[in-house]
Amino acid sequence: MSESRNAILGKLRAGRDAHPLTPPESDFAVLRNKRWEGAERLERIRRMMEAVHTEFLETTEVDWPADVQAFLKAQGTRNLLFGPATEAGARLSSEWTEGGPELVPYADRVETFKERLFDGIDAGITTTLGAIADTGSLIVWPTPEEPRLMSLVPHMHLALLRADALYDTFWQAMTENRWADGMPTNALLISGPSKTADIEQTLAYGVHGPKRLVVVVIR
Amino acid sequence: MGETSINFAKASSAALQDQQLRGNFRRAMDGLMSKRAVQFADTAEWNGVRALGASVRLRALSKLPELLEKLEANCTRNGIQVHWASTTDEANAIVLSIMQRVNAKLVVKGKSMVSEEMHLNAFLEKHGIESLESDLGEYIVQLDEAMPSHIIMPAIHMNTKQIAHLFKQKIKEAEYTEDVAQLTDLARRVLRKKFATADVGISGVNMAVAETGTLCLVENEGNGRMSTTVPPVHIAVMGLEKVVEKLEDVPPVISLLTRSATAQPITTYVNMISSPRKEGEKDGPNEIHLVILDNGRSGIYADEELRNTLRCIRCGACMNHCPVYTKVGGHAYQAPYPGPIGSILMPQVEGLEKRGELPHACTMCNACVEICPVKIPIVEIMGRLRSEAVHPGDAVRGAGSHASKAEAMVWKGWSMTYASPLAYQFATALLAKLGNAAPASLPLLKEWTNVRSKPRFANRTLHALAREKGIPDV
Ligand code: SF4
Repeated sequence: MSESRNAILGKLRAGRDAHPLTPPESDFAVLRNKRWEGAERLERIRRMMEAVHTEFLETTEVDWPADVQAFLKAQGTRNLLFGPATEAGARLSSEWTEGGPELVPYADRVETFKERLFDGIDAGITTTLGAIADTGSLIVWPTPEEPRLMSLVPHMHLALLRADALYDTFWQAMTENRWADGMPTNALLISGPSKTADIEQTLAYGVHGPKRLVVVVIR
Repeated sequence: MGETSINFAKASSAALQDQQLRGNFRRAMDGLMSKRAVQFADTAEWNGVRALGASVRLRALSKLPELLEKLEANCTRNGIQVHWASTTDEANAIVLSIMQRVNAKLVVKGKSMVSEEMHLNAFLEKHGIESLESDLGEYIVQLDEAMPSHIIMPAIHMNTKQIAHLFKQKIKEAEYTEDVAQLTDLARRVLRKKFATADVGISGVNMAVAETGTLCLVENEGNGRMSTTVPPVHIAVMGLEKVVEKLEDVPPVISLLTRSATAQPITTYVNMISSPRKEGEKDGPNEIHLVILDNGRSGIYADEELRNTLRCIRCGACMNHCPVYTKVGGHAYQAPYPGPIGSILMPQVEGLEKRGELPHACTMCNACVEICPVKIPIVEIMGRLRSEAVHPGDAVRGAGSHASKAEAMVWKGWSMTYASPLAYQFATALLAKLGNAAPASLPLLKEWTNVRSKPRFANRTLHALAREKGIPDV
């Protein structure tokens, strides 16, 4: 089909060269100037995300594995999918106690695990790269250790957020961290549990992705 | 008009009689307009981000061929296979050949307007492949064997009761319920099974980044992420105008898109895909294909004015604010893209013979231009296309196809009358005498008078009245 390729590009080139276009400057000041001070950022993130049914669990560096376990136990969650090879995963497996929900490692390729993933997993836990104040969004980059479906298929997604990893805008997060130098297989912003308003504009949560999103804030 | 011409006037007058439909649209559009206004309450911010968004789109168009080449190079480097299609037939053939190679039987689809443009579902079904829409709105419309009536909210023309009946009738395990949460949960159960077993996932593309070879998709439901992550093969289809130059161009466009479309500061998911599954990764598709579709766009691009049509980010705001669309709804347009953007895009893509009526589905009120987040001069283009439809030329396919000798003569007579004071005086005096005698049932008059009273001509013309007051004719 390279015939079409050349025809299309040739036509575009001829069209543009006959009438070149001078675009106006792109002035990013409107994004650069969006700023929130210290504590305001997390407050705003919380307010915006709660408005779309996100839940928050406040905890500390020391206590978070125990707090997560207690939270899930209280919810009656049967099991929790986690990435055993991450630092967070190591802490979960070493500090998890008997009698709580079962810890299920995402250890193999999805092909060997699909049925259980879709049918038998209640919750999944992932880390985040931070959150964005402007829109109330978590930044999630799946990795081989924390695969893409962990934050999508289980009915509940728990996301670990370090309270000092906050950005003002999406633009700031990507420019400061030079995302353009190397994008991962998949990068995500997640701003709440899955939702839809396709039936007469009535909001309903949990259509295809997680029904619940719990942000675990670690201070 | 050509015989394949699509009759908007007839379809819209049928839609206007449908009180249920009008109620459904009125409610939905009023809600969308007021919620959107809240999102852009800060005028300085709106002006700033709108100017930035427009500049991003214009910059992309100014380098379109180069950016597409760069996108291709970077996608290829990332492992995404790029295909080019001049026509929708060619795009369908590309998709089919990928499917056949992997022996696909079931496809799950995320929302994609380009796939609507390709009539991809019907095409795949014809070749024995089940193609299932997974966006809830698209799923509803597909169950109903209908077309989307809005580019963002495909099932907006239906109310809950209608959807409840549809589910009961079409889904085996369905119990009748009008509870939206239960209806949604039912769709979740049905579709999850499909995601888990589909051979191929198809999606659209909201933006493709040339700099990094990244495909960006925004959505609320998670079906887009499912379709692009679970099946072993992902095929993305995009119109060639969807490219942007840099990764940093993405945030302003997404901000304009989600706020304009559904009045959300951001959608639940922003999904950025840059490569298929890499060595060591445990999930994600093993293959990603990107199909870049022209379908008339390179022709649109060649014209300096019409080119602005390609700035569009498909937010749908112009529909929500259009006095015509909000009354007749999307189906009257009989096109994948309805409303103001459809009225300028469809005639350019499918030709004026078939779509020449659509630029007239406009009161020229300018509401769409005022809210368009990337400042497309929609109304100017509307006027241009009206003129193209009656003047032979080569800027748009089918130019001149709506030319009518009778209409041309009327205009000619009108301009001659206005050019000569004597003829003008004579004509106005004549109408003042005879105008009221013309019966309301005259062929052309009737279209106006059967729903309105016939205007009365004054006995004396304005000129005559002015003269009486001592104001002389010039
Ligand atoms: S023309 Fe403007 S308002 Fe209409 S869909 Fe495109 S970007 Fe949105």
